[in-house]
Amino acid sequence: MTTGKRIAFCIAALLVMAAPPLFLNAYWVDVLNSVGLYAILGLSLNLIVGSAGLFNLGHAAFYAIGAYTAAILNTTFHIPILWLLPLCAVTAGLFALVVARPIIHLRGDYLCIVTIGVGEIVRIALINNVFGLTGGANGIFGISRPTLFGHAIRKPDEFYWLIWSFAAITIFLFHRLENSRFGRALNYIRDDEVAAEGCGVNTAHYKLAAFIVGAAWAGMAGDIYAAKMTIIAPESFSFWESVLMFTLIILGGSGSIPGVLLGAFLIIGLPEVFREFANARMLIFGAAMVVMMIFRTQGILPARPRRYATPPDPSCKAEAEA
Amino acid sequence: MNLLGVKRLTKSFGGLTAVNNVSFDVEPESIVGLIGPNGAGKTTVFNLITNIYRPDQGEIVFNGSSIVGKATHKIVAAGIARTFQTIRLFQNLSVLENVLAGRHCRLHSGVTGSMLRFPWQKREEAAALQHSIEALEMVGLGHCLDAPAKSLSYGNQRLLEVARALATEPKLLILDEPAGGMNEQETLDLIELIRKVRRRGIAILLIEHDMNLVMRVCEAIVVLEYGSKIAEGPPEAIKKDPRVIEAYLGSEEDY
Repeated sequence: MTTGKRIAFCIAALLVMAAPPLFLNAYWVDVLNSVGLYAILGLSLNLIVGSAGLFNLGHAAFYAIGAYTAAILNTTFHIPILWLLPLCAVTAGLFALVVARPIIHLRGDYLCIVTIGVGEIVRIALINNVFGLTGGANGIFGISRPTLFGHAIRKPDEFYWLIWSFAAITIFLFHRLENSRFGRALNYIRDDEVAAEGCGVNTAHYKLAAFIVGAAWAGMAGDIYAAKMTIIAPESFSFWESVLMFTLIILGGSGSIPGVLLGAFLIIGLPEVFREFANARMLIFGAAMVVMMIFRTQGILPARPRRYATPPDPSCKAEAEA
Repeated sequence: MNLLGVKRLTKSFGGLTAVNNVSFDVEPESIVGLIGPNGAGKTTVFNLITNIYRPDQGEIVFNGSSIVGKATHKIVAAGIARTFQTIRLFQNLSVLENVLAGRHCRLHSGVTGSMLRFPWQKREEAAALQHSIEALEMVGLGHCLDAPAKSLSYGNQRLLEVARALATEPKLLILDEPAGGMNEQETLDLIELIRKVRRRGIAILLIEHDMNLVMRVCEAIVVLEYGSKIAEGPPEAIKKDPRVIEAYLGSEEDY
């Protein structure tokens, strides 16, 4: 794609993203808000699972840390909730640093099991009202509505703009991250860790960095979630949430940003579309996942190879001239 | 001064002493061969140099400083690049990206730099591309930049590993059986390539079973058997050394 085409594509995508609240009712806009939140969470987890190939089934822990950071500071010190975005990123990122540092050398399924443990520990700690801060099983309520430029955000439409703006920024930044030295390093680690280290990639550093950046982004998603709900409780950050985030990545296309977005629509949006089928929808859903895993293991929209600004076949020309 | 000095290197795995008290040197801009029968501990020596294993005893000095216990990626940054006996390319990534992996340790942009794309970062990326293409052209893979690594022939995959190692701008290049799986013509081209690399001022340490290649290209040869060094010297002397002949062909008493 040329630069002009790319800009045209981005503008078209932004217009499509901006359109839904104009013709959808509040219920469907709210469904899209959930899709947007999970898209952000999915993209943040995709950095860890998709790009670096580290199995993390405890991502809800980082989401929870962000949400609780926002909720506690907002309710006790009345700091505007959107101002807390960077701080939520910092607390979730720091937590990721502390828990991931000792386990980062674990491979595949071992890492996966430990992350499940971390997710559960956080959830149970929240239920047990750890340090008397988290409000136990009832959670924290009375979180104030976010305000942007003096305008309070209340209606689903307004949240739609907030969430999808943040999603658009996330897509933009993560797309750049993927097409960079950092993104490549994560892919080298995913493909062959020993070879990556042998080529001069500091594998431990990059795996940890992937965890921290992913967790920090989930923390910010947690802040937005707290702002949207005004009440948060431990049950919102259960193991099931981690499974959903993980599944939407695998379904959509591991390591692929369009894939993760599609995954978020399918996993979060479709069950709402098929609500009239009631319980059978989960059965259909499960069957669809099984079929997927057999026939299209790389996901619906797998990651495309990166493109580089290289001259077309430089040596071929040289050979022809010689 | 020696570029690489290996002194009394020892490594055991359980009861097996894979490398036993091995010492040898690599001069700057020289080509040294490490040979020996299968299981003699050659690859273990390479893994000790690049700290994939940590030696039990001994010293490895590179460019005047000890590299024992240094992280592998730091050893690469210090100037030792290697290829693997069993090809370890990033099979699903493109040829160009494989070489960019070698370039990684000479670049600096991190998470924020990658997200914000400062001008210096764009320049760095463009220079890295240029450098990687040069490394590919040097080994003769300047075409097919976008092909996935797994689509290359076996011989070309070995060359790609060499290009990836060259992209790190090494002072010492360690090749583990570079001619494995190559036909005669490819081996001849490889000999040319090894000499070309040396002309760039890079020393080469190689393990190889193809004696024709070893004898033609190496200036010094170190022979290992059962983890111990049994001979060392120029190719002519090694060819005639009775202990080497015995190690490879067995002594007369065996018949």
